Amino acid sequence: MAIDDMAKQASAGGESEVKFLTPLDINTKTDKKYCRFKKYGIKHVDYKDEKFLTQFVNEQGKILPRRYTGTSLKYQRKVSAAIKRARHLALLPYVTDLFK
Amino acid sequence: MNNYETVFILTPVLSDAQVEEAVKKFEDILASNNCEIVAKENWGLKKLAYPIQLKKNGFYTLIEFKGEGNVVADLELAFKRDERVIRYLTTKLDKHAIEYAVTRRTKVKTAKA
Repeated sequence: MAIDDMAKQASAGGESEVKFLTPLDINTKTDKKYCRFKKYGIKHVDYKDEKFLTQFVNEQGKILPRRYTGTSLKYQRKVSAAIKRARHLALLPYVTDLFK
Repeated sequence: MNNYETVFILTPVLSDAQVEEAVKKFEDILASNNCEIVAKENWGLKKLAYPIQLKKNGFYTLIEFKGEGNVVADLELAFKRDERVIRYLTTKLDKHAIEYAVTRRTKVKTAKA
């Protein structure tokens, strides 16, 4: 079988003896993270809304880093301040287990 | 004049009338300092996320007011001296927070109605 034939076969999507001649159709890209405050135009992070703030803490009640939530630095500062205020008012726990 | 917002927690041992009386006392402090009370919200008896002074519940109250900065010190001194208050927090509202507070108030109103 000539190499041209094999290439044709592979591009046609048929079974080929030659593997990986054409680029494999595997999606390696993950969805790009984005800052939800910028995207939805939220200007103020409320410390009284503990349900909203639970999105930014893990199961132990620790504040999640920016690299997980995608929050921009400007709003991460506001989120962390809001969480700390909520903790002071016993709306969120300081330390816990199996939170959420 | 600045906008401020204060949230405080009262002990759960009080009766409804006593809670009202305590809230009234702090409102009077604000009023006597030429403050304008913008909004008042009673959250009722809420469970605390962790025990404070061995108490697991508390009466939450939110008061939003307009006033000079020196009022905050007076108010917080009163909170500190009052044994019924187990926790308090006063924050200054920036322009976004004021906007948020207005929409929040209308939301609360429609939720009640």
